[in-house]
Amino acid sequence: MAEAFEFQVITPERVVISMETSSLVVPGAEGYLGFLPDHAPMVVLLKPGVVKYKVGSEYRRMAVTGGFMEMANNKAVILADAAELAEEIDVMRARRALERARERLASRQEGIDFARARAALERAVARIRAAGEER
Amino acid sequence: MASLLDIRRRIRAVDNIKQVTKAMEMVAAAKLRKAQERVVAARPYARGLEEMLHRLSSQGAGLDHPLLRRREVKRRAYVVVTGDRGLCGSYNANMIRRAAAALEGSEVEATLVAVGRKGRDFFRRRGFDLLAEFLRIGEEPTFQQAREISGVLAHLYEAGTVDEVRIIYTEFISALSQRPVEKVLLPIGIQGGGEEAEEYIYEPSAERVLAHLVPQFLDVQVYHALLEAKASEHGARMTAMGNATDNAAEMIEDLTLEFNRVRQASITKEILEIVSGAEALK
Repeated sequence: MAEAFEFQVITPERVVISMETSSLVVPGAEGYLGFLPDHAPMVVLLKPGVVKYKVGSEYRRMAVTGGFMEMANNKAVILADAAELAEEIDVMRARRALERARERLASRQEGIDFARARAALERAVARIRAAGEER
Repeated sequence: MASLLDIRRRIRAVDNIKQVTKAMEMVAAAKLRKAQERVVAARPYARGLEEMLHRLSSQGAGLDHPLLRRREVKRRAYVVVTGDRGLCGSYNANMIRRAAAALEGSEVEATLVAVGRKGRDFFRRRGFDLLAEFLRIGEEPTFQQAREISGVLAHLYEAGTVDEVRIIYTEFISALSQRPVEKVLLPIGIQGGGEEAEEYIYEPSAERVLAHLVPQFLDVQVYHALLEAKASEHGARMTAMGNATDNAAEMIEDLTLEFNRVRQASITKEILEIVSGAEALK
């Protein structure tokens, strides 16, 4: 049994992280999923949310805005549309985005793209959670 | 013969131009380096996504997605990627020529989607109908911009407006050499994966993963084309401005030679006048 497995987060613009971890939790489309070493090969569809990965004895967080994850041969690769480490997140900006998305959803006007507003809301929530402000 | 003053004025004008082209060359070189880095940085994601799609298509038979469905081609759209700005040698002209040839040579009805102002302007002047246009891509194309474009393309394809989408862009080889390429974007062709891979579990299901993966794959291809085109544009501009700088330097050299010749001629003339004047007084 392996102690740890490779873990990468890649976005179209850069490789955000590439390291080893012993435990990983990702936001699956239908709920959070946990991964430990020697997991069976798996492809997961991700929704916007918080990725938690264990470094030493503590979990670190990052926000991802949807994407895919592949787990195979003790290597987990997340292909995310965008990803930010907890310490990179601008919480104020995320809060403003959250407010805007809430207003748009609440206004219920014609011509609002609800799917987009919802997605924006989910992204904002994910970033605020990842930054550790609201658990 | 031009007067000394005229020549000196021209030398100064050419020198000013030389400074401008030199500066543009250096700016283009810096931007080219950045653009190349972005091309490289985009590779891991593209490769990962492609592998995932191959694996998925080789595993589950009967996977279906509107963007994978082939149909008889009656109408085809060409996406032409040019720059928004000029002063980059034959970069835009090459793209436009290539696109015009593709349009003329097409055996089916062909339409256009313009990315970049230069291509848009050219085809609009010629009275072509554009299905869509995307301007102001800027110096650093973002994935979001690529997604906007591919969203429109996917819509055109799914709605049946066109039966095939091809993209014409410039592939970056080096600062001195860029190559126009034409690729089929839609329908998406997946080469069936070779070896039978391990059985994967799909969460929530293979169909839903595919439904998200396919449009994403299109986004990545468009993004790649934008990045390559941008690197090519900077490369072409750098070369063009380098040539312009060299030409200006050569011109200054010629003008300086002429300046000296004219100056020498006038001195000789003056001496002659003095000598002949003194001669006459004897």
